[in-house]
Amino acid sequence: MTDIDALAARLRAEIGVRRVLTDRQELRTYECDGLAHYKVVPALVALPVTAEQVAAVVRACAETGTPFVARGSGTGLSGGALPHADGVLVVTSQLREIVEVRPEDERAIVQPGVINLQVTKAATPHGYYYAPDPSSQQICSIGGNVAENSGGAHCLKYGFTTNHVTGLEVVTPDGERVRLGGPAPDAPGYDLLGAFVGSEGTLGVATEVTVKLTRLPETVRTLLAGFPSTDQAGAATSAIIAAGVVPAAIEMMDVLAIEAAEAAVRCGYPAGAGAVLIVELDGPAAEVEAQFDEVSALCSEHGAFETRVAADDTERALIWRGRKSAFAAVGRISPDYIVQDGVIPRTALPTVLRRIGEVAAEHGVRVANVFHAGDGNLHPLVLFDDAVPGQASRAEAVSGAILDLCIEHGGSITGEHGVGVDKAKYMPRMFSDDDLDTMQLVRCAFDPAGIANPGKVFPTPRLCGERPGRHQGTHPMHAADVAEIF
Amino acid sequence: MGALDELTSPAGEQDAVCGVPARLVAAPRDTAEAAALVTAARGLAVVIRGGATKLDWGPPPRELDLIIDTRRLAGVVEHAAGDLITVVRAGTPMAELHGLPGQQLALDAPPSATAGGTVAANASGPRRLRYGTARDLLIGITVVRPDGTITKAGGKVVKNVAGYDLGKLYTGAFGTLGLITECVFRLHPVPAATSFVRAAAPPLHAAKILAGQFAASALEVNAAPGAEPELAVLLEGTPAGVRERAAAVAELLDGEVSAEAPEWWDVPPWPGDGVGIKLTGTLSQVPALVATAVGAGATVRGSAGAGVLYAGFPTDDTGRAVELLRAAAVRAGGHAVVLTAPAGVRETLDMWGPVHGLALMRRVKDQFDPGHRFAPGRFVGGI
Ligand SMILES: Cc1cc2nc3c(=O)[nH]c(=O)nc-3n(C[C@H](O)[C@H](O)[C@H](O)COP(=O)(O)OP(=O)(O)OC[C@H]3O[C@@H](n4cnc5c(N)ncnc54)[C@H](O)[C@@H]3O)c2cc1C
Repeated sequence: MTDIDALAARLRAEIGVRRVLTDRQELRTYECDGLAHYKVVPALVALPVTAEQVAAVVRACAETGTPFVARGSGTGLSGGALPHADGVLVVTSQLREIVEVRPEDERAIVQPGVINLQVTKAATPHGYYYAPDPSSQQICSIGGNVAENSGGAHCLKYGFTTNHVTGLEVVTPDGERVRLGGPAPDAPGYDLLGAFVGSEGTLGVATEVTVKLTRLPETVRTLLAGFPSTDQAGAATSAIIAAGVVPAAIEMMDVLAIEAAEAAVRCGYPAGAGAVLIVELDGPAAEVEAQFDEVSALCSEHGAFETRVAADDTERALIWRGRKSAFAAVGRISPDYIVQDGVIPRTALPTVLRRIGEVAAEHGVRVANVFHAGDGNLHPLVLFDDAVPGQASRAEAVSGAILDLCIEHGGSITGEHGVGVDKAKYMPRMFSDDDLDTMQLVRCAFDPAGIANPGKVFPTPRLCGERPGRHQGTHPMHAADVAEIF
Repeated sequence: MGALDELTSPAGEQDAVCGVPARLVAAPRDTAEAAALVTAARGLAVVIRGGATKLDWGPPPRELDLIIDTRRLAGVVEHAAGDLITVVRAGTPMAELHGLPGQQLALDAPPSATAGGTVAANASGPRRLRYGTARDLLIGITVVRPDGTITKAGGKVVKNVAGYDLGKLYTGAFGTLGLITECVFRLHPVPAATSFVRAAAPPLHAAKILAGQFAASALEVNAAPGAEPELAVLLEGTPAGVRERAAAVAELLDGEVSAEAPEWWDVPPWPGDGVGIKLTGTLSQVPALVATAVGAGATVRGSAGAGVLYAGFPTDDTGRAVELLRAAAVRAGGHAVVLTAPAGVRETLDMWGPVHGLALMRRVKDQFDPGHRFAPGRFVGGI
């Protein structure tokens, strides 16, 4: 085990006395991320302010065989930034400069600690924005988004973080600074950028991110439709997609989620609705108007008893407020809850929702559903009261059963919150040993010593073994790595 | 060698890759047979062949024993129209995927190119501006590793962050990490209406389209020495919307609305025995890249909206031109990669050019293919 005092002394000398925390009280601030029932106090917290300082910290970890965990804003919902008790927590929130906004290239270069929404704020005056919009966008960091491949309500049309990052500078687990991708598309060589995005801090620390900026749409139209049941709302969703319309977002809430949102923010959703759909269309005015009429008609055809159209930004914000507050709002109707994050094929929505209802009833647990209906990404909120003996374990059982349902229907155990520490044990239900082993070949290439965020994503670490020599005829210039000077 | 004998046949002259002859050819029928073949072929140098539309891209293989032809690994396994996804075997011709009922795999490729080859070569065309490339459309993949292990990544749903996104790693790896046997793709609806706008206009005017509110699906330039440069814009959507947007684009560029694409649309600008180069750069640098290439005697076309251009030279005296273009691409924040060149010239060129992160890439290759047997020498840095 690492001599933490010695490491702390080295890091204080390298990055500054106030950038290294070892006081237990201070360390406890960092004991958990957004999934607060996992708690581990790290041995040391480093607060670097430059990429070079991040590299210095990681180098020190590499040389002493010390595990390290990167942390952005700590809003992750799978325990990805849960510290290692004998390791270093590398907090990137001090690297928070927006380095460049280049609307003419549709790019921005930002440091990893920059908050998601700040990128959009910096680009908006130029007529652009940063498309991935997790509900946590006012607090989560771009570095965390990269590590989790975060999505948002609008990723139905615009894609996820991975579709909006073209370049990274990363510090690899041996402490080297490497560029992956760049401002232009299709960098030659293996798409290590694509492998890094979504790797949950297990391949190194991102120290600079080049993102795509998207032109602000000319028109945005938002519709709220009340349905008697989730079955009908689900059928409307399928009909919209089948008609060839690609809305910017289609979100659904069921009766329990609506009840919670009403109690919390009085969003005034249609009274008596068993489900509501929020459908948003954006793009050129000439397209959006025609599609909007089609969407309204399809909703009515599938049983919507009330549809409301946002007349302006204020009304749009009100419609979204109910949806965006939903996670927090269930706190009003239940003392405790588990946020689940599974994915199913969109066409399986009615079946799976019904099964979730049945499983919940069998266990005597309530489940509120709030989700990205357009891409089948469910966020069932499993409600329980920890003070009542047995409820927590029943909720846990329902939560696990929901993941099984997702896998059974050809889906995924996580659509955007990541595997982290929380779902590592479920990975073998979705992937074979060989699949997991193959993923870890990449891990071995980046981190043969296994010190970057160990214990996350994979249920069992792979021993990387000896690195095979490269004896076969590489180009001499490349062998000397001369070609990497650019 | 028993299994190998059963699964392979002797190669012919037509099986040579960039002039390097092969000894054996095999065409497995399914993933299990492919895995048996790869396992039996331990120790052999392997090149994978799909539709052979891009087999001449990249340096010649350092060694070659076995060609694995994927064209019998063909067919659509599943088309879940309601979920807008399809599961296809790697050897399925792209023609089949462009015309699924009411839907399409929105990836431009020659009809005889295979799905797996298109992924492996990370090939793309004009519509990448709207739909992205293989890396964006591939949501699941099955690969036989060089040691014969069958392995999957991703899945059948578009939104999925469980585990590493290995689909991206195999995309554009040119068969150096294993044999792709199955792909799962995200599909798009076939648009109700499409229209093109063509204009004689310099590449600089592309910026006007990008800054406007046209949501173009493609924005292509075409330029050659001594000819007036052209821009062409593809618009897709509802009939009324497309009509209105096309008229607006035509007015802005002083161009013409047309139902047909220009004859140069998505056609590589090099002759069969010429030199073809892929040029990338930031959007604001596209005009400068085009100017440099045309100045060096190339025909240039490609996406001014994505910053991905192709330059073609008929002659083989291109060593200096490649250097010039490479310097220009680096200035533009991108790369110049020589895709193809005639024998004789090929050997004199550094086809891939300088690459960031090469040491890490070598480590990835070492992990997947420690014997360096899959497409040896065909990839960046001699991988
Ligand atoms: C109320 C709420 C709503 C949410 N809504 C959404 C949503 O709509 N969509 C969605 O996708 N997520 C959502 N999330 C989850 C979370 O906000 C995202 O996962 C986010 O990207 C995490 O960012 P962070 O900066 O907080 O990262 P952290 O929680 O600090 O870290 C997350 C992971 O990233 C790694 N990491 C952090 N920084 C770096 C770096 N620079 N380099 C390498 N690895 C790094 C960590 O090691 C960890 O594994 C929500 C969370 C909350 C609390």
